[in-house]
Amino acid sequence: MTEKMLEITNLKTYFHGDDGVVKAVDGVTITVNKGETVGVVGESGCGKSVTSLSVMRLLHDTPGEIVDGSITFEGKSLLDLSEKEMRMIRGNEIAMIFQEPMTSLNPVYKIGKQLEEVIKLHLHYDKKEARNHAVNMLKLVGLPRAEDVVNEYPHQLSGGMRQRVMIAMAMACNPKLLIADEPTTALDVTIQAQILDLMRKLRDESERSIMLITHDLGVVAEMCDRVVVMYAGEVVEEADVLSIFENPKHPYTKGLLGSVPKLGQDLEKLDSIPGNVPTPANMPKGCKFAPRCEFAMDVCWKKDPSLLATNGNHTCRCWLYQDQEKILEV
Amino acid sequence: MANPETAEVAAKVTLSSESVEKSSPIKEFWKKFKKQRLAMVSGIFVFLLIIIAIFGPAIAPYSSEEPDYVNVLQGSSWEHLAGTDAFGRDIFSRIIVGTRISLFVGTISVLLGAVVGTVLGLISAFYGRWVDSIIMRICDVLFAFPGILLAIGIIAILGPGLGNVIIAISIFNIPNFARIVRGSALSVKSTVYVEATKSIGAKNGRLIWKHIFPGTASSIIVNFTMRIGTAILTAASLSFLGLGAQPPTPEWGAMLSNGRDYLSTSPHVTFYPGLAIFLTVLAFNLLGDGLRDTLDPKIKD
Amino acid sequence: MAAPLVEVKNIKKYFPVKKGVLGRKRSFIKAVDDVSFTINKGETLGLVGESGCGKSTTGRLIMSLLELTEGQIYFEGNQISNLTNNQIRNTRENFQMIFQDPYASLNPRMKIRDIINEPLIIHGYNKGDRMNRITELLEIVGLSAYHADRYPHQFSGGQRQRIGIARALAINPKLIIADEPVSALDVSIQSQILNLLKDLQKSFNLTYLFIAHDLSVVEHISDRVGVMYLGKIVEIADKETLYKNGQHPYTKALLSAVPIPDPKLKRERIILNGDIPSPANPPSGCTFHTRCPLATEICKQEVPKLRQIGEGHSVSCHLV
Repeated sequence: MTEKMLEITNLKTYFHGDDGVVKAVDGVTITVNKGETVGVVGESGCGKSVTSLSVMRLLHDTPGEIVDGSITFEGKSLLDLSEKEMRMIRGNEIAMIFQEPMTSLNPVYKIGKQLEEVIKLHLHYDKKEARNHAVNMLKLVGLPRAEDVVNEYPHQLSGGMRQRVMIAMAMACNPKLLIADEPTTALDVTIQAQILDLMRKLRDESERSIMLITHDLGVVAEMCDRVVVMYAGEVVEEADVLSIFENPKHPYTKGLLGSVPKLGQDLEKLDSIPGNVPTPANMPKGCKFAPRCEFAMDVCWKKDPSLLATNGNHTCRCWLYQDQEKILEV
Repeated sequence: MANPETAEVAAKVTLSSESVEKSSPIKEFWKKFKKQRLAMVSGIFVFLLIIIAIFGPAIAPYSSEEPDYVNVLQGSSWEHLAGTDAFGRDIFSRIIVGTRISLFVGTISVLLGAVVGTVLGLISAFYGRWVDSIIMRICDVLFAFPGILLAIGIIAILGPGLGNVIIAISIFNIPNFARIVRGSALSVKSTVYVEATKSIGAKNGRLIWKHIFPGTASSIIVNFTMRIGTAILTAASLSFLGLGAQPPTPEWGAMLSNGRDYLSTSPHVTFYPGLAIFLTVLAFNLLGDGLRDTLDPKIKD
Repeated sequence: MAAPLVEVKNIKKYFPVKKGVLGRKRSFIKAVDDVSFTINKGETLGLVGESGCGKSTTGRLIMSLLELTEGQIYFEGNQISNLTNNQIRNTRENFQMIFQDPYASLNPRMKIRDIINEPLIIHGYNKGDRMNRITELLEIVGLSAYHADRYPHQFSGGQRQRIGIARALAINPKLIIADEPVSALDVSIQSQILNLLKDLQKSFNLTYLFIAHDLSVVEHISDRVGVMYLGKIVEIADKETLYKNGQHPYTKALLSAVPIPDPKLKRERIILNGDIPSPANPPSGCTFHTRCPLATEICKQEVPKLRQIGEGHSVSCHLV
């Protein structure tokens, strides 16, 4: 039996803006097992980043609020913890890597100091041990000149090096779960390859769970065991990585896969999904994807389908795969 | 022409954006500005001042300059809401009539300074190099003087009088506008859309006036509003010192000066003009603050 | 063979870096360092490379948005790199550019109509023609006539990029330089724009210089591809040759680094060590030698020349 590390159940995170409520995450259920890498894929505004911020409970600086659902980490309900207890989990048991390595490091402190801060807080090392640990972590993530880097400021490092520092910081307390939000999007291709390679190594060494949030299907194919596809705040399809790429069910997943040019595959024309991602102001009433879907039926415009298993662990939110009787009911 | 697929996309795009309401920058501005309570109140106050400035002499219950030696230095009463001064003139009427002078001096002097400063700032930012250096160094020199001292100096050369007050205030407003406009023009100049317009083949005049200048407009408007308050205050100070409006002109600063001798016996002679200056300057500053909060892209979410 | 539409000869662009208290010019960032290539009429030349390789600078040099430090650019056989500002303005009819960031490249204070109208006014179309042309252009790029009265912020990223394309097409240019036109867009929107660009190329016989960092996108849209590294072209060839039989170690590493959306595919990956060196202080000899797995002594000392090794296939490497 696989051990569940993180269980997000029916999470609803809403933002209260000037123009009413924005349902950024609307009933999302994602499970991450021990030692598993789960990819969360979707385009901008699909709620993938808000989901990760909800897990870390980092929404208080935003107008966002978790209105419903539960988030369980190793049996503990994260939403019931006090801010103080949560702080002991953040960075220690669950660590996060952000997209933009420049803004996630404080520009006025040296790298070493920022790393030591995390280490001292969670591992209660003294100053010397913390420094040693910091240098070791930097070596672990493959930074050359680790002893010098601890005395440098973030602006002295390149983007790839900063992202390595971020990973070192995230790994410093040996977290059980790593949430990586677009960790390589801001990086160059050859640097991205280095970082992905590093993340794979760190994962394989110690059965760590990773929740990898990305829009890049190539990264997903290389890194993930299971894939969750999100669209407009909902999970539209979930399956193991092979099924997603070999046998996608949801028209959105199909469209997404068809619209990416693949290296070495010379097509005259790419498939494309017509239209635009719906904005909160004009969210469709039924299936959120219906306005862009080539298979849309009458029922799709009326009611949002539920996320149902099509076979085994492959689930999909689409009327095409649901019981005919249910469709007739609507 | 357009192939069927793009046409189809277009149809869907049409569908999905139907519900987007039409909104122009002015509507957007109004939507945000309405939320600034204090600025709204100040705006209404400034609007009233403008009405008073236009119809001042017609609304005023008494003549502003005709002495009335029967009612000298009287306190507030129903007949004279703000009392009378040493010549028996109704202070309330004088304040009403004086509104036009203060607003006129404030607006015109800032306007002159803004026009010259904006042109210099735009030239400085757009052409850069030595043009920029010369303009900015001159501004630095002007900045080195405290505003009021500079104005006194200029009036010492030109001679006292309201017209010269306007010139003096506009001169020390020039570097202020030049610097602010230069700053925001530089940031607009480096945007991709200016580069894009350049790549179309646009001439410098079009770049400056159609793209860079509108980009600086919001900071000009904000600064304009804020500076009017300061200009009114400076004009009043100069008149207080006897360098601006000459008696019997009902200029607020001059009125303050007239009441100086009676400060202990009849404080209302100075109090009411002082209050008028205070409220007007405050209103312009609050309005400027509100405008900045709505227009300044840095604070925008 | 017909003369190329654009010929770029040994162009260089050095940006001075001011150092010291007195701001004396001491060093240069060699953004583009001796680059030569040609673009034939009707084809798409892709330029790929990582950040700081000078691909965007090259595009802007051809657009005359930046001044050349050295070298010549020819358009239809005529040199355009020695023109005055006024003459450059007239040649802009032939050149247009599509920018990376569809949010920043449209003036937020102008209506779509005015944005597309601008090039038409500048290049002397009369008023009646202009209004018709705007409607026509909006339809060509997949928008509708009534969109003309809106402001940029009312559109999504993909729609804005369509507006940018409409502006670029307005005056029937011969060459369009597309600088990362899809990298700021969502995946499903990227393919819409790529398809649109391909359709437009066919309909209007356009020539593209397509600048991007995404190798899969470049492969999809280009006929020929040049790979840039630190201000130099390290390899240039037609698409099939470059992607199947790339010779430069950097090309190979770059290709192997691209994640492919196919979980069954297991590839031998070349992972390069270290970071891209700063163009302010490029390595001696072959600029790639610091990261090259095959580097030898000669690579550290001598700058390799771009040599032709096959039909339209040139590589700059000592070992090939």
